[in-house]
Amino acid sequence: MSAAAAAVADAHRREWARVLAATVRVTRDLDLAEECVQDAYARALTAWQDGVPANPAAWLTTTARRRALDELRRSATLRSKLPLLVEPAPAGEPSPFPDDRLRLVFTCCHPALAMEAQVALTLRLLCGLTTADVARAFLVPETTMAARLTRAKKKIAAARIPYRVPPPSELPHRVHAVLAVVHVLFTTGHTAATGPSLRRPDLVERALDLARMLRLLLPADADVAGLLALILLTDARRETRVGPDGRLLLLEEQDRARWDRSAITEGVALVREALRHRPPGRFALQAAIAAVHAEAPSWRETDWREIVALYDLLRDRWPSPVVELNRAVAVGLAEGPAVGLAALEPLGREPQLARYGYLAAARADFLRRLGRAEEARLAYQEALVLTDNDVERRFLAERLAGLA
Amino acid sequence: MAQYLVLLYEDEAGWQAGGPAAEAGLKAHKEFAQKHGDVLRGGNALQPTSTATTIRDGVVTDGPFAETKEALGGFYLIEADDLDQALAVAKDVPAPFGGVEVRPIMTFD
Repeated sequence: MSAAAAAVADAHRREWARVLAATVRVTRDLDLAEECVQDAYARALTAWQDGVPANPAAWLTTTARRRALDELRRSATLRSKLPLLVEPAPAGEPSPFPDDRLRLVFTCCHPALAMEAQVALTLRLLCGLTTADVARAFLVPETTMAARLTRAKKKIAAARIPYRVPPPSELPHRVHAVLAVVHVLFTTGHTAATGPSLRRPDLVERALDLARMLRLLLPADADVAGLLALILLTDARRETRVGPDGRLLLLEEQDRARWDRSAITEGVALVREALRHRPPGRFALQAAIAAVHAEAPSWRETDWREIVALYDLLRDRWPSPVVELNRAVAVGLAEGPAVGLAALEPLGREPQLARYGYLAAARADFLRRLGRAEEARLAYQEALVLTDNDVERRFLAERLAGLA
Repeated sequence: MAQYLVLLYEDEAGWQAGGPAAEAGLKAHKEFAQKHGDVLRGGNALQPTSTATTIRDGVVTDGPFAETKEALGGFYLIEADDLDQALAVAKDVPAPFGGVEVRPIMTFD
């Protein structure tokens, strides 16, 4: 790759959202802005051969905006009759290239859009993925994804979803909506629902990029700090989750020396900050649990009672059957498999967990530890039926075969 | 400025049963109209779906367009700068026996 091409690729990864957000301000139309920004990146491939500009984002924004103004002049009458509602920037803004990324974030993650549309728009507009890539990320045909994106953009214009940062009174719940989108991206990438590999590194990296961007733009928000910490601490184990032979390795078997120490250090500092906020938020508590694991020198030395205590707080803050399940597993590790099994028992009646393979897998594990092989066999078989990820299936099949 | 129609979809039985819940609902609508009088451009309650007549392809039939548990029972027409503002008003619309749907009004020029 030439130096220019490498610089363009780098700027695409780092600056796409900033350039697009600043261009939308001029076009007041998402499609035209995307077109002009794509064109600016294409031009950079040639223009930067003589040298990469000192401020690539400014160069790209100027180029995209110039093209946008030309287009608007040429087709003044053809343009959409429904321009986006761009509120003027606060007076006295020093930079000619305003950082409008937050506006773009809140438009993409508006609760009036379907969750799947929010996620798709975020990948397309904030991460700069092509429609084909977004379609691949969610395992749908490209035409389906194109239609989903078009429909969402039409709703933004027709229902007048504003291009602005919400006022302080609305900010907390709007930030939650944004974090939910980033969290979905992360969990989808952390453990792929189906397919041959356990993890989808592309999605994890996008989620991490977005969380870092939000941290930069909303530095005082404890929930943002909590989510960034959760992603860093969970993903710090990425190199050790699968063995050299492709086998799933449990936390118990992972080589902790190969966990990403710099991610853990950064994550732990963020958890401390997020927990200072009272009451601590859902992501901060989940990150605190991940931090207990990250800081335990070994599986045997894990402070399970601390983990159970954190799950108790999480359960108050964010009641959900999945939290109950994880708490029951921690109880079993703190107090033995018989107690764990008893804690799992009432969850069998939760309709939300009826098709959740991890419940059957957790029950199977406690039954196996208790030497109740026949019941364990049935539970492993149930878990296998409910799991579509190949790596996880192989793990369950091996455990099943290993029963006495 | 744009206009939005807030459609009230509710279980008719709730209103027809009367009693304290329906009385409180009526009072809430009066309070809503007072609080948001500056953005209200219109609104009405509808007679129940048992009074509805549907015409499809010229054929007249008794009954509402679609049989649903929660039927269209009334509407408000409001004026707002954007969807966020419209939703803020719509959240105040009393709908004790169901919920509301917010739809932007199409403009032709």
